[in-house]
Amino acid sequence: MLNHLLLPCREKNDRATVELYGICLFAAAVVTFSARADAFSLDGQSSYSLGRQATEAEIRAWDIDVSPNGDGLPPGRGSVKQGAAVFAKKCAACHGPTGVEGPNDRLVGGQGTLATSRPIKTIGSYWSYATTLFDYIRRAMPFSAPQSLTSDEVYAVVAWLLYRNGIVDEHAVFDARTLPAVQMPNRHGFVPDPRPDLPRR
Amino acid sequence: MARFPDDDVPHIDTSARPLSRRAFIAGAATFAGLTATRSLLPSAHAKPAAPADPTKVPGAPPSAYGRRSPFEQVGRLVRSAVSLTPHQALHGIITPNSLHFERHHNGVPAIDPAKHRLLVHGLVERPLIFTMDDLVRFPSTSRVVFIECSGNSAAEWAVPTGRTVQETHGLLSASEWTGVPLAAVLAEAGIKPEAAWMLAEGSDAAAMTRSLPLPAVLEEALLCYAQNGEALRPEQGYPLRLVLPGWEGNTCIKWLRRLKLGTAPFMTREETSHYTDLMPDGTARQFTFVMEAKSVITSPSGGQRIRPGFVEIRGLAWSGRGRITTVEVSTDGGHTWRPAQLQEPVLPKCLTRFRFPWRWQGADAILQSRCTDETGYVQPARADLLAVRGVNSVYHYNAVHSWRVARDGRVTNIHA
Repeated sequence: MLNHLLLPCREKNDRATVELYGICLFAAAVVTFSARADAFSLDGQSSYSLGRQATEAEIRAWDIDVSPNGDGLPPGRGSVKQGAAVFAKKCAACHGPTGVEGPNDRLVGGQGTLATSRPIKTIGSYWSYATTLFDYIRRAMPFSAPQSLTSDEVYAVVAWLLYRNGIVDEHAVFDARTLPAVQMPNRHGFVPDPRPDLPRR
Repeated sequence: MARFPDDDVPHIDTSARPLSRRAFIAGAATFAGLTATRSLLPSAHAKPAAPADPTKVPGAPPSAYGRRSPFEQVGRLVRSAVSLTPHQALHGIITPNSLHFERHHNGVPAIDPAKHRLLVHGLVERPLIFTMDDLVRFPSTSRVVFIECSGNSAAEWAVPTGRTVQETHGLLSASEWTGVPLAAVLAEAGIKPEAAWMLAEGSDAAAMTRSLPLPAVLEEALLCYAQNGEALRPEQGYPLRLVLPGWEGNTCIKWLRRLKLGTAPFMTREETSHYTDLMPDGTARQFTFVMEAKSVITSPSGGQRIRPGFVEIRGLAWSGRGRITTVEVSTDGGHTWRPAQLQEPVLPKCLTRFRFPWRWQGADAILQSRCTDETGYVQPARADLLAVRGVNSVYHYNAVHSWRVARDGRVTNIHA
């Protein structure tokens, strides 16, 4: 329907056409608005009464995300030393013995390369929050058995990866309180989308 | 250990060549005036059976679910974690469901729709759980829109890489998507005033997640259960997919199982290590959602061969900011441009098909298309795009694309 309203308006660029285009846009806006206004007018009801209340247990079972402020981090803890063992057993086959060799994503190194012609984007050089590491490993790793690690194992692998990237020392132990405090090297490396960013022709 | 490269750049994988070649042959064969550069007979396949005169024998009976002619063999080009749409062989603005591009982050999950649930929680008045039946009962709406992976054409930043338009622009498709407006579902739960971001999560083995800003995401987002009139295909998110018209494909979370409202972006891996755009100064742009205007000539295109005489130049244009208003075509490498015809309907945030009649006299030529959208944005020349973005930003490459036609009629990808 909107398309039919707009079709006659596209071809030329004279003043009348511009005005007509404006009218069409106005008409389109009215149609859009009407469609939205209709949504809650049925029988004077304000809700469709669809869906049911989620229980606390149902939410807890799926609520696996972790935010930069630490919201969502579970109880548990893990050390660099424990992480070395977990990584060797469950991660090294894809990421290499030290997180550098691959064959899949390189996890370690690359700091100082982002502004060069050959940037190396790793956890240490690119990621802005340590909590992202916990979130991603817990939800999606190991690739062949996602969500199979215990919280202690995830904390430990995170600790080991931060250590290998030179961000913490070999004695580091992480839990829900300490992980959000980690300052990642590229913490301030991200900027908002400025597009359109090219000079107009 | 199997290798699972996890990025959106379609690697040129020689092991996939046989499929690519078949796709190319079938695609090229559909265009009058075009001949294949290689044999038209796919040697690995027996020729399908067809009577010499189909008016002399009874035909096949009806069937429960239709199939294309066995003479049509064009397919998606399958890479490790993606498959690409064969635009060189397609004629409309709707991508057939079986040819819609794929990108998934740990395979296509098998989901029983009777057991699938959508959880809406976080900063809402009432955390709710919906069944698929619940969602289908809501007032429904449809949009015909494109979905483009932000990594589409990513291998073109530095040097010409893709041989065919399927390789250079195949992470792009369009469908009629049907579902319930996200705003209606969130209204049932009641959005708390402090909610500013929404986490959308899939129930695939990557539990794929993106953070999306409110209220922008409420304007057009649909929770879709149908694509081109039938239930979503498994690889497109069956039974439920978030569709955000004009935004990069990865935000259109497939196998959607959870929406959580919060005050700030959740900073998942998919908005940090991936789907951020690295600039020459070492900073990276984040939350670069909109796919800017872009066009490409799909015929003649890489891997095809044309003959002297009339050639209709055909292609696609699209913009994540709205309607395409103009497509210009150049046959001389950008020295002169002339307007192409646009095929109706021209829909906002959808593929628009353009056509341009041309008489090829057998000389070297460079074919290009350049589109403008209703905001006045003009698809950039390569030099202009690279001057700002460099060559390492991976995502959102939308420069004017060039196909070189050699004097023997062969078409190749070049950077002009």
